[in-house]
This record gives sequence, C-alpha cells and structure tokens, in this order.
Amino acid sequence: MAASPRIIVVGGGLAGLAAVIKIAEAGGNVDLFSIVPVKRSHSVCAQGGINAAKDLKGEGDSTAQHFDDTIYGGDFLANQTPVKAMCDAAPAIIDLLDRMGVPFNRTPEGLLDFRRFGGTLYQRTAFAGATTGQQLLYALDEQVRRYESEGKVKKYEGWEFLSAIIDSKGAARGITALDLRTMELRAFPADAIILATGGIGAIFGKSTNSVVCTGSAQAAIFQQGAYYANGEFIQVHPTSIPGEDKLRLMSESARGEGGRVWVPRTVGDKRPFKQIPESDRFYFLEEWYPKYGNLVPRDVATRAIHRVVYELGLGIDGQPMVYLDLTHIDRETLNRKLEGILEIYEKFVGDDPREVPMKIFPGMHYTMGGLWVDFNQMTNIPGVFAAGECEYQYHGANRLGANSLVSCIHGGFVSGPIALKYAKSLPAAEGDGGAAAEIARQAGINKALMHNEGTENPFRLWRELGATMTEYATVIRYNKGLKQADQKVVELIERFDKVNLSDKSQWANTSFAFARQLKNMLELSRVVVQGALLRDESRGAHYKPDFPDRNDEKFLKTTKASFTGAIDGPKFEYEEVDTQWIKPRPRSYTAAK
Amino acid sequence: MANKTVAFEIKRQANPDAPAIWERFELEWRPGMNVISSMMEIAANPVTADGRATTPITYDSNCLEEICGSCAMRINGKARMACSSLVDNLEQPIKIEPLSKFPLVRDLSVDRSVLFENLKAVKAWVPVDGTYDLGPGPRVFPQQQEVNYPLSNCISCCCCMEVCPQFNDATGFVGAATIAQVKLFNNHPTGKVFKEERLRALAGDGGVQECGYAQNCVEVCPKGIPLTDAISDVGRDVLIQKAKDFLRN
Repeated sequence: MAASPRIIVVGGGLAGLAAVIKIAEAGGNVDLFSIVPVKRSHSVCAQGGINAAKDLKGEGDSTAQHFDDTIYGGDFLANQTPVKAMCDAAPAIIDLLDRMGVPFNRTPEGLLDFRRFGGTLYQRTAFAGATTGQQLLYALDEQVRRYESEGKVKKYEGWEFLSAIIDSKGAARGITALDLRTMELRAFPADAIILATGGIGAIFGKSTNSVVCTGSAQAAIFQQGAYYANGEFIQVHPTSIPGEDKLRLMSESARGEGGRVWVPRTVGDKRPFKQIPESDRFYFLEEWYPKYGNLVPRDVATRAIHRVVYELGLGIDGQPMVYLDLTHIDRETLNRKLEGILEIYEKFVGDDPREVPMKIFPGMHYTMGGLWVDFNQMTNIPGVFAAGECEYQYHGANRLGANSLVSCIHGGFVSGPIALKYAKSLPAAEGDGGAAAEIARQAGINKALMHNEGTENPFRLWRELGATMTEYATVIRYNKGLKQADQKVVELIERFDKVNLSDKSQWANTSFAFARQLKNMLELSRVVVQGALLRDESRGAHYKPDFPDRNDEKFLKTTKASFTGAIDGPKFEYEEVDTQWIKPRPRSYTAAK
Repeated sequence: MANKTVAFEIKRQANPDAPAIWERFELEWRPGMNVISSMMEIAANPVTADGRATTPITYDSNCLEEICGSCAMRINGKARMACSSLVDNLEQPIKIEPLSKFPLVRDLSVDRSVLFENLKAVKAWVPVDGTYDLGPGPRVFPQQQEVNYPLSNCISCCCCMEVCPQFNDATGFVGAATIAQVKLFNNHPTGKVFKEERLRALAGDGGVQECGYAQNCVEVCPKGIPLTDAISDVGRDVLIQKAKDFLRN
C-alpha cells in the first residue's frame, strides 16, 4: 500500500477542480495538470446556469422530476443509476457553491433565483447573470488556491498530458507530460489518475468550444486501451453566432428569459424586422411544439432550425440564419439576467440585441459521448478515472441545458474520493512501473514529428478535418456521407505522416504541441464517424433521415469503441443500458410528456 | 477587383534572451475577422508580407469570447483582448506587441502568474468548513449581489496592471485586480472573516497606498469593473485598519 498516495488530476475545469478539492479535503496529495492556468479553463464559457431541483418557486419540482427530464431528454440512452445519483446530489451542490460565495442571482427575499431551461417545464436553473460557468469555476479555483497555499495541491499549469504510464499488470502508475514552455518531456508517478479533460470541439474545426478542447487526452488514453463510449452523440447547440475563428455560444437562457425564435413567414421577405408584423412572423418552435415552445431540448430545436432554413428556405435574407429575439423584454431585466451574453453579441457582431433581434445558427457544442467509465467513474484501465465532459455517462443521447455544470461537479466529487480509496489499496509498483518505457515511446513520437520531412501544414490539415466532420457528422447524417468522412479522415492520417513543422524550435513551440493534438483528433474522429455509421436509428442528437425512428430493440445500447491500430479503424461492441428506474417510452415534445 | 487586404506588424521574440524583431504580414480581408482569427490564418500559412517563410506566432488564447482572460496583448499601443479586437475597428497596419510589464515567454505570450500569487497573499477565497452538505449559504439580497457580481467578473487578464504607471518593480504594487478581489471577499458574509488579514496584506509596501489615481485601470478593463471605486473603498478600510492596529498596540 502506498503510505501517502499521490493522485494526478489532468484538467482544471469544474470536474478537475471538484475532484482536487475532495481529495485535498480527505488528506490526499494532488498534482494538478492543465494546459492553461486553471482559471482560464473552458468551464468559464458556460453561460446560462446549473440545474438542481430545489423547488424554490412553489412548482412542486423534485429530484425525481429532474431525473425523469434528464433521462427522457437523453432519449433513454444513459445508464439510469448514475444519473439518478447526480440529480439527487444536485441541490446540495448548489448549496455548497452558494456557501463558497458564487454570486448567484437572488430573489427579493435574498434566496437563490431560478429560471427555466430547455427540456423541462420547471424553473430549475440557478444562475449568476449569464456567466454562471465563470462564477462556478472561480469559486472552485479559489478553494483549490486555498489548498495550494496549504501545500496540499501542486499545480502544473502549462503542461500537457501525453499518455498514461501503465505497468505490466495493466494498471496506471502515472502520466507523461510535456512542458509547453521548455518542451521538456517528463514522467510523473501516481497511484491513480483522473482525466477531466473536457470536450472535443476542435475535431469539428469551429465550435463553441475553447481552443484547448481537442479531445487529445481522451484520444491518447483510448489508443492505450481505454474504451470510448457513445462517441457518435454530438450536441449541436441551436443558437450560436457564426464567426471566423469560432462559433460563439448564445445561451439557452436567452430563451429561458423569454427569447423567441422566428423567421419571416414568406420566402424572400426582405423587409427589416421592425416592418414585419406579428402575423407575418413564423415562430416555428412555438407553433410546432406548443407546450415547450422555444424551450424544447437542443437537438429538437437544432433540427427545426435546419428544416426551416434548408427545407423551407426561410433563412433570413436566404442565409443560414434565424432570429433570436429579445427586443420585447425590458432593458433592465435583460441587463440583470443576461448581460454577459448580450455583451458578447454586441462586441463581436456590433448590434445591440436589446434593440435588434440576434441572428443565430446552430453550432457544434458538446459531446455526450466520452471515455467509458463504470459507476465509480473508472475507465477499463485500472487507476484511470474520468470526470466531466470527457466521459460519457450522464447525458445519454442528448444533454439538457444547465446539466453539464452539475454533471462536471458531481463527477469530480464522485471520482476524487474513489480514486483516493483505490490508490490507498494499490500494491507498490514493480520497478519504475513502466515509466522509462513510456518516456522512450513518447520521445520517439516527438523526435519523428520534429524531424519529419514533407509538405503538409498541421493547421491546414485541421481545417480539412473540421470541414469534413461538420458537413457529414453533425445535425443530419447519411451513411454515404459518413463513409466519405471516414475515408477523408484516413487520408488525413496518411498525410499527417508528411507534416513538416515550420517551427522546429525547442521553446514554446505551439505548432509542435498542436500537431501532437491533431494526430489524436484524427483517431478520435474515426470513433465518432464510424459509431454514427453503425447506429442505424435516430436517437437524441443522432439523426438519420434514412432511419428516422428510435430502435430500442437493436440500439438501446451503449456503443463501446476500442482502438485496434488497423486501417479499418476502431472495433465496436455494444453494452446493455441500465433502465431499472424508468421504463423507456417514446420521446416527443409536441405535448407535455 | 483586387481583394482587400489587412496589414499587420507583429513583434516577434523567439525566447526571453533573443532579440526582438518586427514582422509584417498581409492577409486577405474577411468579414468579422479579429486579431486571433488573423493569427490562426498566419499559422496555416506562415509567410511574411515580403514572402519569407517564418514560424507561426506564439500567443496565449483559449475561449475567444473574452471570458477566459488569456489573450491580452498590446494592439496599436493599447492593452486589450485580441479575440474581441475586430480588424475592421483598428487602424492599419495593426501593430501587435506582448504586454510589456510581465516576463516574456515568446512572441506575444507572457507570464502573468504574479496575479495568481497576489490572490494567494490576500486569501481571495471564502473559507468554507467543508464540501459536505451543510445546507444553503447565507442570505444575500439582490442589492448586495449586484455590487459583488461585477467584481467577480474579473478575468485576470492583467490589462489593469499593464497600464498602471505604479505597477513596476520599484513600487511592487499589487495592482487593481487584486484590490478589487479584496473588496469582493471582504463583502461576503463568510469571506469577511479574513477581512483584517486582507487589509493588513495591502497595508505595507506594494499595497493599496501605492495607487497614484491615474485611473488608467478602469478605462482599460475589458469587463468594465469599477476598479477605482474598489481602490478607494479598500484604501479607506486599510487606513481604518491601520488606525485600529496602532491603537491596539
């Protein structure tokens, strides 16, 4: 047994920080690795809020209702037991965040205020303006800084995880990581590691994700033998602002506070919005889904916008855009509840959304799939745990808005103590636990990449990958297109071997770090594309017009991909879903469920 | 018709000991382009305006929506976030330099860890008893929340420190961002248990009295945080604390 177990947490977003806090609180020692200073992690981008059934609005909400909404919203693909535990834990998580000083919006009486979000009829979402993720991340960051100043946490900011060190019995014994400044490659021993490495937006080129959300860490551990589950389930957020460098999120809370989505009723109506009378406006979500209206789940809203733009030809000025309109709400309310996102629109588009309806379009936002974990958040590699967006278990086939923050914190809180317990009972490593061999493997990869001769630029390969993935593997999927996409990825993997870095220096070489991520992104793309190809049904965010219905008999199953290294790509198998609490039923939002 | 182009002059420095040089780039204009998207374009085609092959530019960035605080740099002489610097609003050639008051890493990337160290020194956290379920936090009225929330919006970009004439090695001034966090945590019903310690941490050399009221900080803050108000409030509290400590001794 390790006398003083050492845990490595990779990733300093909400899930990683939550895990760190639990371990430090229990007396463990933590090394925290992050590409960016943890306060700059992608959780900071979450806007609208965090769900917990505290029922402070007298609506009779309950954690059972939250559980049902989440399972139903996820089209019954999620294993139910962990989701139930998350929904039960959520109210206490909100209380804790409140005690940590998160400046949540308040009612006149000084209590937490709640608003409505998609896929529910209850006001269940606590919020801090429209920058809730930022406020939550800061609260956890502050607690970790407190432990850091007490010497219980050591931060390695500016280090990138490359791989796990795995011993001869198959258990994790640490990680290898790259210092992004000095380019030093180093092994860090540990008794357990928790990956909390977030989303994979970069494989779609432009998304609502941050630059660091490449999925590189997940892909690396996948190539070392970890299962990747439900990779084909990709959430495309209905409302984002298209941009040159990214798709900026326009929070669901805009609709939660009364925002309405519409287009002119007539194709080619060129009138400015103010001259279009109510009768000539097509509030298609409200007409098609009268009970939930603008707050249908994201997959439903996204497909509706696609239909309006591409099938009905009703995009504004013939462009792929629809209006998200807040102009009927008074300025004071908008500023108090949504200011953060309104400022984003104003700064990046130049119009004031208090005066002019926003023009928005769906954008890749979130991966429901991720590393396969058991109910203890452990992957199939002993000692490798995962929490947050990088794992698969809380959202099924579609995530409900404001459930991501709660799943991150809950997953971190669960994984931390379990990893510590695991580490305490782990027998001592034999020799170096495989560290020297893993360092040699990584050094080989680095050397080959640095000395490659060829003509390919990694940033251009990445653009081709993003364009392919966005075209064939997002909102609407056809098997023909998915096959084409897989072939394209194979081509890109071959061309990757001819990458010639324009920067061969050994100091803060961002091209080198990016090229390493890119190789991993390519491998992960095949998991997404092939998983989608094999799933001949429509469920949640995965939609195939050729197979428009959900097929529980064949596909009420978790997809599990494993790495083979063969040209055919990953191997796929399927696992039964835990449906012991709520019997699967058809999912429809045209009426109350 | 020739395509419209955009001209950039970017200060390059391969490492802290290397000489600084300027490189000029010309990119095809695209609607909505900003400084970050321009540097992404350069990475995909790293060639200077005079056709010379170069390296992609090293810079810090992450969220690209002005909330993570990574991409602060000097653009046309002004400290600001690169992601929200729209090319159409900038005079050309667009001159880009790293922040000048922080140790340089490479090109436009600098080391701003001093702010995080300062936050440790002033105990910028609420000392909760533990993470187990202890019920709701203290009641906070909306009027108080509306004071605290803007302070809590600080993205640690360090622009306020870059433009402050007093933020230099001679004074050791902590800068506006840290002082605003002291106000935030001293306002909190539980956080204020450390109020005296925080004020004492700001009472000595490098503390709040170093502020010369140039007011550059509040002008440059991308989040519009009322920094000068925070400095005067905390300055007053520090004086009161000093007086109390003097009388006690």
